[in-house]
Amino acid sequence: MALTYDVIIIGAGPAGLAAAIEAKKTGAQRVLIIERNNEPGGILTQCIHNGFGSVIFKKDLPGPSYAHNFITQAREVEIEMLFDTMVIDITPNRSIYATSKNGFMEFQAGAIVLAMGCRERTRSQIRIPGTRPAGVFTAGMVQRMVNIENLMPGKNFVILGSGDIGMIMARRLTLEGANVIKVVELMPYLTGLRRNYVQCLQDFNIPLELSTTIKTINGNNRVESVETLKVDESLKQIPGTEQIIPCDSVLLSVGLIPENELSKKAGVILDPLTGGPEVDEKMATNIPGIFAAGNAVTIYDLVDYVSEAGFTAGRNAALFASGNTISPADTIKILPGENVRTVVPQAINKQLSGNQVLIELRVTKDFPSPVKIELTDGDNVVLAFREKYARPAEMITLKINPELFMEKTAGISGALKVRAL
Amino acid sequence: MKTNYDVIIIGSGIVGSLIARYLSRYELSVLVVEKQADVGMCPSSANSAIIHAGYDPKPGSVKAAMNAEGNKIWHTLAPELGIMHKKTGSCVAALGEEELPVLNELLENGKANKIPGLEIISGKDFIKKEPLINPLVSGVLWAPTAMVIDPFGAVLAAAENAVTNGVEYLFETEFTGFIFNDNTITGIHTNKGDFSCRWAINAAGLYSDEVAHKAGIRKGFKIIPRKGGYLVFDAAKFQINNVLFPVPSGLGKGTLVSVTTHGNILIGPDNEPASGKEDTSTTASGMAAIISGAKKLIPTIDERNAIAMYEGIRAKGNGDRDFIIERPDEINAFINICGIESPGFASAPAIALKAVELMKEGGENFKDKKSWNPVRKPFPHFHRMNMEEKAALVKQNPAYGRIVCRCEEVTEGEIIDAIHSPIPARTYDGIKRRTWLGTGRCQGAFDYPRVIQILARELGIDETEVTKKGKGSELAFRRTKWL
Repeated sequence: MALTYDVIIIGAGPAGLAAAIEAKKTGAQRVLIIERNNEPGGILTQCIHNGFGSVIFKKDLPGPSYAHNFITQAREVEIEMLFDTMVIDITPNRSIYATSKNGFMEFQAGAIVLAMGCRERTRSQIRIPGTRPAGVFTAGMVQRMVNIENLMPGKNFVILGSGDIGMIMARRLTLEGANVIKVVELMPYLTGLRRNYVQCLQDFNIPLELSTTIKTINGNNRVESVETLKVDESLKQIPGTEQIIPCDSVLLSVGLIPENELSKKAGVILDPLTGGPEVDEKMATNIPGIFAAGNAVTIYDLVDYVSEAGFTAGRNAALFASGNTISPADTIKILPGENVRTVVPQAINKQLSGNQVLIELRVTKDFPSPVKIELTDGDNVVLAFREKYARPAEMITLKINPELFMEKTAGISGALKVRAL
Repeated sequence: MKTNYDVIIIGSGIVGSLIARYLSRYELSVLVVEKQADVGMCPSSANSAIIHAGYDPKPGSVKAAMNAEGNKIWHTLAPELGIMHKKTGSCVAALGEEELPVLNELLENGKANKIPGLEIISGKDFIKKEPLINPLVSGVLWAPTAMVIDPFGAVLAAAENAVTNGVEYLFETEFTGFIFNDNTITGIHTNKGDFSCRWAINAAGLYSDEVAHKAGIRKGFKIIPRKGGYLVFDAAKFQINNVLFPVPSGLGKGTLVSVTTHGNILIGPDNEPASGKEDTSTTASGMAAIISGAKKLIPTIDERNAIAMYEGIRAKGNGDRDFIIERPDEINAFINICGIESPGFASAPAIALKAVELMKEGGENFKDKKSWNPVRKPFPHFHRMNMEEKAALVKQNPAYGRIVCRCEEVTEGEIIDAIHSPIPARTYDGIKRRTWLGTGRCQGAFDYPRVIQILARELGIDETEVTKKGKGSELAFRRTKWL
């Protein structure tokens, strides 16, 4: 027998918790979160450093505190949660199959919010040659081992990739007594946030080498050394620049990938650029009643925006479940134009109304001086924004006022384009 | 500890393990010594995972006979031992008119080897079956009896069935020399002490040359290790329907693009020189060669979708490179098996039966064991079940309801099974090979901490003692602060 809920959310991380709370506040009666971990909070529970909450709480909080605020709220509004439970299938008509030590379960949801988060890019995906010893870890996995499991996985680390988790772990491992020899980065620029570079590397005298990569990993049982080398502007390896660095651990911080195996099972269309579902400003996917939010949609820089997306998805999931939704949605696509790599949402309603709409984008290259960002409809500039600078590592959030948008767009045809100039 | 056996087998690859399994049906005490910490750690688990049909070995060679016979046996042996396999057939794809004559040569060769069902299909017809194939395809040799198999699973199944029927295995036990009485072998020396036996069998694979030399035979024979590396692709990223070979080159069967029993796509091998018999390091040049080779068959392969890479070592012999399976005249009580390179896996059951036959010819009087059970039932595999089967399994044992590896849907129950199986998994990699945990998109990033906990609990050790692949590969050095 299928258990019936108005809204079911997959994942109790920041996106899922926000979606659940907002769905309940919007009027959904029975709201359930299904979580594979044994506690709520998602990856935030292992992010014991600060830097969370500047937008939503106007405070600088550690990850677990940020999560705690949401968990408390979720409990207050009586969100049901299942832990240590893994969803193994979702159908387009919103049946959900899950399993746990308590048994195998089937659910029927009025609406679903996909909030599975993301996973880390691995060694195989970037094909670092060499042996396969113990001691090659992804940064997030080491963060879990050190902060949750109380295990120190190494003594002398080389970190590949200047992503945020890599830099944060450089500091964390140093504080825990390890020696972080250096951080090497393939690109000619930092791929994480500047503040993390200052607070995690500079303040701890950990060298960062740009345009450098790991050529091979050596060691049979345990990592014994890595060989690094320089790359040129086109990322081609420069022979003769090899350097052997003795170490026992390699930490990879080489990118995150939205986790969407379940989305695919449900028939949700993914954007090849973000790796996440294509959504509109309601965070609705192509499958009616299935919404998505957070890092499962696109990789955000700030958890606050993950929560915002969760609010939007939860609110619209509740409206869908109660039948109060405008249908069919008449949307227009937003495409990444000049110098823009990704845009979320990928479509917005032609008849925008209600809350402010956030458009999140990433640029393709470094713009150190001020840039203009335009939302265009053919040659017509619908809305224009200014940013002091634009960097691939930092997501740009455009805040769209629906009334202003409707005023400027009379008669949209074709697709909107976002471009940076 | 027991030190006296009827038969000692040196090496637990596919050949050694199948000999152990076939001998387990007789009233004999059998010991397998293995220097690694698990079965099938060398070429037997890192290869193309294909039971070749047998159209390419030189007619009249030992290879040709063993491959044809071995392929036939696998078709019944794989289900009997509960080994994952898929009866896919295989295809050699000729590109352009100039490669077409090679297909006819292979077809004739295959007919001489008495391989059933071979036929040549036109390129035009084949594109309909395999839309992603290079459009230059001019013809395909179709070999319906080829199949794909889970190679480590096959070695493990043979070994488990042998153990269930009374064979003993000793791991991390390295053969160092023979004990002779005149020209009769009466035992072996190992790093764990001496063992006596009435028969010794060399199934040492990569090290079969050194073992033969210690027996005082085949002095000119030498294994020249060559690497064979592979890339595995996420099944979700592109799908093909066949096992695809290019036309063979002088170096071997060439870079293939193949389906696996697990639904992923495998491409490889390369053919780089190895610095030694343990050199399984991957190289950028080897990976590049694999990718460019595979793109000849499937031009749209995108290397960014690779989820795993590894190198195997091939036990290539020198000389005419035919298999050596013999009871040498010079010494008594010794079966010598050397130079089992490709198609060694396909040939292995025939090789193992040949070894038993040679013992019979050498005067061994085999007596059937009444209790022998030839069937091995595999442990439950949650991921492969339908929803009703999954629900029933979880009801039977809640440990199967807790998923530890999210990409491959491996449950805690399956991990516990692997740790307490007849050939127990005692390391992370041992569990990975048995359950396919950590082989998916995240490559273990989410499951490592959980597996460390389970291994520590089930083995009764501290979490800092849990290893990736044996002593020296511990995954954590110490605790952080205790709270």
